[in-house]
Amino acid sequence: MKHLLGASVSLAVLTLLGGTALAADCGIASGSVRILSNDFDVLKVVADGAKECAGDKVTVTANLTTQHKDLQVPALTINPAEYTVAMVANNSIAPLLNGDLIRPLDDLIAKYGQDLQPNQLIKVDGKTVAIAFDANSQHLFYRKDILDKAGVQPPKSYEDVLAAAKTIKDKGILDYPLAAADKPGWDLGAEFVNLYLGTGADFFEPGSAKLAINNENGLKTLQMMKDLTQYMPPDYLTYDANEMKATYLAGKVAMMDGWGSYAGSVIGPDSPSKDIAAETVLAAAPTFNGGSIAAASLWWDGFSIAKNISDEDATASFQAMMHAIRPEVATQHPDVAPWLIKGFKPGPAAVGVIATANGNAKPYPMLPYMGLLHTALSNEIGDFLKGSKDAQKTLDDIGAAYAAAAKEGGFLN
Amino acid sequence: MQKRPLPLSILASVFIIVWLIAAAFPFLWTVWGSFKVEADFFSRLSWWNAITGPATQQQTGASFTGAGYYGAWVTNNFWRSVINTVLVTVFVTIISLTFGTLGGYALARSGQRYSFWILIIALIFRAMPHITLVSGYLLPFFQLNIWGYLPTAIIVLVAINQPFTLWMLHSFFLSIPKDLDESAMVDGCTRFEAFRRVVIPVMWPGVITTGLFSFLLGYNDFAVTAMLLSQDNQTMIPKIQSFMSSIYQSGNVMYAVAAVVSATVPLFILVLFFQRQIVSGLTAGAVKG
Amino acid sequence: MKHRTFFWFILPSALAMLLFIALPIVSVAIQSLYIEHEKVMVTVESCGPFGCSKDTHVDAEKTLALQRAEPLGRFNGLGTYLNRSHLAVGEIGAILASNSGPADIVARIYALPLYRALAFTLAYCILVTPLAMILGFFIALGINGLPHLVKGPAIFLSLLPMIITPLVGALIIYWMIDSNGIIGANLQALFHDPNLYLKASPVLTWVVLIVYGIWTNAPFSFVVFYAGLQMVPHDTLESAMVDGASRWERIHFVVIPSLAPLATFVALVQLMDNFRVFEPIVGFNASANASSLSSAIFDDLHGQNAQLFGSAAATSMLTIIGVVILLTPVLIRTWREFSRKGA
Repeated sequence: MKHLLGASVSLAVLTLLGGTALAADCGIASGSVRILSNDFDVLKVVADGAKECAGDKVTVTANLTTQHKDLQVPALTINPAEYTVAMVANNSIAPLLNGDLIRPLDDLIAKYGQDLQPNQLIKVDGKTVAIAFDANSQHLFYRKDILDKAGVQPPKSYEDVLAAAKTIKDKGILDYPLAAADKPGWDLGAEFVNLYLGTGADFFEPGSAKLAINNENGLKTLQMMKDLTQYMPPDYLTYDANEMKATYLAGKVAMMDGWGSYAGSVIGPDSPSKDIAAETVLAAAPTFNGGSIAAASLWWDGFSIAKNISDEDATASFQAMMHAIRPEVATQHPDVAPWLIKGFKPGPAAVGVIATANGNAKPYPMLPYMGLLHTALSNEIGDFLKGSKDAQKTLDDIGAAYAAAAKEGGFLN
Repeated sequence: MQKRPLPLSILASVFIIVWLIAAAFPFLWTVWGSFKVEADFFSRLSWWNAITGPATQQQTGASFTGAGYYGAWVTNNFWRSVINTVLVTVFVTIISLTFGTLGGYALARSGQRYSFWILIIALIFRAMPHITLVSGYLLPFFQLNIWGYLPTAIIVLVAINQPFTLWMLHSFFLSIPKDLDESAMVDGCTRFEAFRRVVIPVMWPGVITTGLFSFLLGYNDFAVTAMLLSQDNQTMIPKIQSFMSSIYQSGNVMYAVAAVVSATVPLFILVLFFQRQIVSGLTAGAVKG
Repeated sequence: MKHRTFFWFILPSALAMLLFIALPIVSVAIQSLYIEHEKVMVTVESCGPFGCSKDTHVDAEKTLALQRAEPLGRFNGLGTYLNRSHLAVGEIGAILASNSGPADIVARIYALPLYRALAFTLAYCILVTPLAMILGFFIALGINGLPHLVKGPAIFLSLLPMIITPLVGALIIYWMIDSNGIIGANLQALFHDPNLYLKASPVLTWVVLIVYGIWTNAPFSFVVFYAGLQMVPHDTLESAMVDGASRWERIHFVVIPSLAPLATFVALVQLMDNFRVFEPIVGFNASANASSLSSAIFDDLHGQNAQLFGSAAATSMLTIIGVVILLTPVLIRTWREFSRKGA
């Protein structure tokens, strides 16, 4: 907290001292930079970095809002677009691609992107459509002291997690050793996606929007989700990621599959519970169903440049963003996120995400119709966990809900 | 008025006290908790921690902490959202009431069928979920380049609130006897003069009550302000929302709690200060039938 | 009142509603009849920080060309209204054709999203509206009888449930009913049942949501009735007292009739607002056990990256139709009152 506060104060001072000198740093001749972004810490750091480029002939404004997904399509559709830069992630870039609202960045990269690493470039059909600057995923958080006390090895697979939870419960160490974000809504859908990715199977038939989860893998995924819930508090269907973290910090959870972006606040210097922070180990997401893939989806945050703007603004925006994600930013803010920026040395909080990525975890599918499936999963799985529907019926219902949505979206006939 | 019999008095007092506790306790609890850390106020161990505050002691070295207030007001510039909220609520209330008293009066005094149908259509308008309305505004507002500004949000809130204001004031005007303004018109006033001289003086209870709701709408709105205002013009509620956690980011819920308390306490002080005016305003119209 | 005078009085209000509500409703109604164009898909290689893969993508150029030709999309008639996410006509037909008794029919229909949402919405509406109105009426009577000095604070405290931002208000109450929260823990102690989780069972979740609904809605009825009480003609009350009417008779024959137009109004507004119940479901993380028409719309518009405008439009229109059906009895009453007044 103090660290962050210090950083933002010094930023404010720098901005006050006058932008002209700093504008020269970014090398922008003139133009208008207007950023639309979600609202969380790492994006604030990046947006503030871009604002340093403001000067006599350069204006930089940023709108950080949790509603960015709803705003981006109409805001970039008009000409000239309301925003020149849209901060995006694996899933939120899809509507911009579908609407042809962002421009290929290859010529700008050739001119101004010397510091970029090849793996930061998000390419579709050979054209770079976005630049990623950080990564995120869900991964395993576990309490070494509790596992030692129960005499179990750190789990490598979800099957291990179940066995370890059983031991912990049987020995009376904790009543409910597990937690998961099983709240119907985005979280529950994400839990299914994570586990299913661990089977290595595809969600859709290749080259089409036809669903392909109504099979053995789908059944096993659902079964595992249900098996895990027997070691969770009875109101597990109300748990989201934040609730899970708070319960963990209260010492009531031995193992959980939490977000990497939460790791800093759990084990970092500002952790509300030093004892738990000291005993917490971050590890790769467990494997599933005998596979060798970490069962989690990998995410990136990045930015795209709008299509419906002048070339001058596009160049200015790209340069400002290059300034905002220059290598020093990663060294100045090492704990904010696992950066993908050149020269970043991962701190202790980034270990889990990196282990998961090295564990061959797959990215969250960047498919245009993945969101529709995610919604269908979120809405239908709750009943299965409550026991009012069996697994096969649940998969059938997911298929039916998805088909209705995909038909309306024009992806299926 | 004659005195109440004792048992009824006791029953009424007990009922009111129970209600006031039920109504106010969550807020008082929040005021208390806003000076604790999250691990205490939202303790997963025992609610007693919110009272004793062991984690607050451990994390800050004192029993109470102003960290939530500092975070909201100093670090996150909550004051800017407060100014925007004041602008939005004041203008929404004034404009809503101006439009609404005129329209509501006309509807209450017109015996024509079309005024009934206007009321019904307004009611149906009100049934439209706000989120659907708002998502339809986005593209035209961007095209007209009026997106993101306070006046846009204000006029949208006024429009969305208009069916309610019309209905409410219409009902209040119905309870003001017709003879009052009609006798003024017999004396030679025009309709508008009769409205201004005779109706306005007795309409305050209704207007104050309706104004209270317009005020609350502007003050508590999330759907419209979150989608139609840019960050610089953001009002309190979307700002508070941004303090809360999202999927990838652990938020700072104590900022939100502190922000809510510091937004509500001034209202309370205002009410204590002006209670005589408010109560007499609500009583003013007492119509001598 | 002359038509001309009426027109000028109503103009500002009507104009605002026409522009910002009527026009959008028309466009939503049209939208609900269309679905999006068939997307032209291509399989291309896409790469990112985590490697490359062959993925399906929308061919933006070709799809946009289709869209420009027919901006509204493909005409689908009532197709969206009838599909599984809405009225689910086909599914209900199948359920009625083969089932194992009425219990099975109910359970399977309840599993369909719209009917599940409707079930909670109606239960909430029908319970919360009258209970909150009755509570509000008695609070108004009670506070009206208080000494002048404490009226102001009492009014303010009574309004608190409405003033606290629902976003945070629901969060705080949600915490109080948690098994570790002040209410939840004390209920567990009271019933000697350590497994009493208010948030876990569907029935208890509904009860909690409804109680919360009454708590937040009562202040509205209270304040309207309180203002109405101030307008009850003193003379009538006094003459009733002179005639020897008891307290209850005075309330029954003088107060209640003069509050009747306000009561109609409160009922209309509350029914409608409760029909659009949304915030408590989010605030109480209750999506597993309760959903409403508004939360379904929210899912379509905000849930994911792909927004289903047609589906949201259809649910919105169904909401309006639902409200109209629900309000019909009250509307007929209003019409009678109106005709009487007009005559």
